[in-house]
Amino acid sequence: MVSDLKNEIIDIKKIRKDFPILKSTVHGKPLCYLDNAATTQKPMSVIDSISDYYKQKNSNIHRGVHFLSEAATKDYEGARTTIKNFINAASEKEIIFTRGTTESINLVANTFGRKFLGEGDEVIISEMEHHSNIVPWQILAEEKKFKLKVIPINDDGELLMEEFDRLLSPAVKLVSLIYVSNSIGTVNPVREVITKAHQKNIPVLIDAAQAVNHFPVDVKELDCDFLAFSGHKIYGPTGIGVLYGKENWLKQMPPYMGGGDMIASVSFEKTTFNELPYKFEAGTPDIAGAIGLGKAIEYITNIGLDKIAAYEAGLIEYTVGKLKEIEGVKILGNPAHRAGVVSFVVENIHPHDIGTFLDFEGVAVRTGHHCTQPVMDRYKIPATSRASFAFYNLKEEADILVNAVRKVIEVFK
Amino acid sequence: MDAELRELYQQVILDHNKSPRNYRAMEHHNHDAEGYNPLCGDKIRIYLYIEDERIKDISFQGSGCAISKASASIMSSILKGKTVEEAEQFFEKFHNLITGRLSDDPAREDLGKLAVFEGVKEFPARVKCASLAWHTMLSALKEEKEIVSTEHE
Repeated sequence: MVSDLKNEIIDIKKIRKDFPILKSTVHGKPLCYLDNAATTQKPMSVIDSISDYYKQKNSNIHRGVHFLSEAATKDYEGARTTIKNFINAASEKEIIFTRGTTESINLVANTFGRKFLGEGDEVIISEMEHHSNIVPWQILAEEKKFKLKVIPINDDGELLMEEFDRLLSPAVKLVSLIYVSNSIGTVNPVREVITKAHQKNIPVLIDAAQAVNHFPVDVKELDCDFLAFSGHKIYGPTGIGVLYGKENWLKQMPPYMGGGDMIASVSFEKTTFNELPYKFEAGTPDIAGAIGLGKAIEYITNIGLDKIAAYEAGLIEYTVGKLKEIEGVKILGNPAHRAGVVSFVVENIHPHDIGTFLDFEGVAVRTGHHCTQPVMDRYKIPATSRASFAFYNLKEEADILVNAVRKVIEVFK
Repeated sequence: MDAELRELYQQVILDHNKSPRNYRAMEHHNHDAEGYNPLCGDKIRIYLYIEDERIKDISFQGSGCAISKASASIMSSILKGKTVEEAEQFFEKFHNLITGRLSDDPAREDLGKLAVFEGVKEFPARVKCASLAWHTMLSALKEEKEIVSTEHE
């Protein structure tokens, strides 16, 4: 149970004022935004940083010697430093800006994958991966003739670690794993996975899209080789994301896209590539997006990821408990460690219908397969309703959700 | 309940969702097709038995929301005994109804039971739910072998 004390871990009422959209009404009801795993809302400081950039500093980076270009470059690179500190990377060289988690994983597949994966090799993923950590490997596997191996999960929605141990054969050249499941909410034992993989000199990529927004993530402590996340799921803008990679790997990897900014010199005979991280950032990047992401990280760092984790854990526990009390409601998985997400199905009512009814109560949830069709197949369901939380959500909003679910059940009786 | 929502989830729709008509696999069918809505994972299979250009029997199976299930159920009860040409005309009418293009059409009077789906036009995200069964039926009529997807709606 969440005591009122827990509500005081963070001054939620004050924090909510920083997010203009949270004042909205939907179908005449106050917005109850519980679709944070799809995308999070943005605080005013992030929104302002984007408009300030375009109003005051708009210019191209790394090119001009003029005042504006230097100012923009300083802010763009400042955001990189903020991100480096946020995940405790060794240097800015290890922080590559991408369009998001999907592009970060595709970058690794297309560079690391092209260089280091071949016929007879294996890549391990898990049954709970988002499609973005399945499809890029499948596409490449077809071309390079390597095999994709899948760590199965149990009914609780947890990895079968003994199966993982069995899969760790000498043929494995990479493990690519989701940190927090976006459809079940499971927090995977990534530290253990990385240790075991490293014992066999296998590098590990962590999809941290649903992790970095919920609790502290330290790449040195994890010792992961790659880590991917998206800006828009961590209170920043869409269209910007991050790939962290250990310098040693990044140096060995060929470039991703060719173009401007990623080169040192170009002639028709030979092109030499720029140093890290620019080797992987071809073309003019999303400068405003990077600056906005930097601001978002400053914002949550000010609140404190430890506090966010503690507050959200209470909120999730409360929601799970309340939903379990409703007859006919079944929660997807029962992981020992859960973050952010509660997925549920209601007997004889399709998630799509639940989603529409909840919308009319002002409640925004996601309904569908959440880009994790193998998880739906695993539980033999077509879809779920998913409530996903952020630190700005209130206990009262969990109650609104629960009451709305009760109402739907009443209508479909 | 909100009026707009009540309009979408009329009692008839809730009834058909609860006890769908013609919900079964048909052993001796001569046309069938599978429909799929990747957005929500809905799947449906339509079976037809066509003789002399007339739908002698129609049934369906699958999983989907109340709107898609009721749509398939009501469609099956309407089309049983109709000619292939009539079925195609009904498809046209139904499609215009749920996309809000039928407002002043004199044809709306022939809609019969289908009229309960008029509320769908206020919910663009749900048009695919209502039309999945119909697209699949049309595909079964033409005996197209590939899986029908609503993504071309």
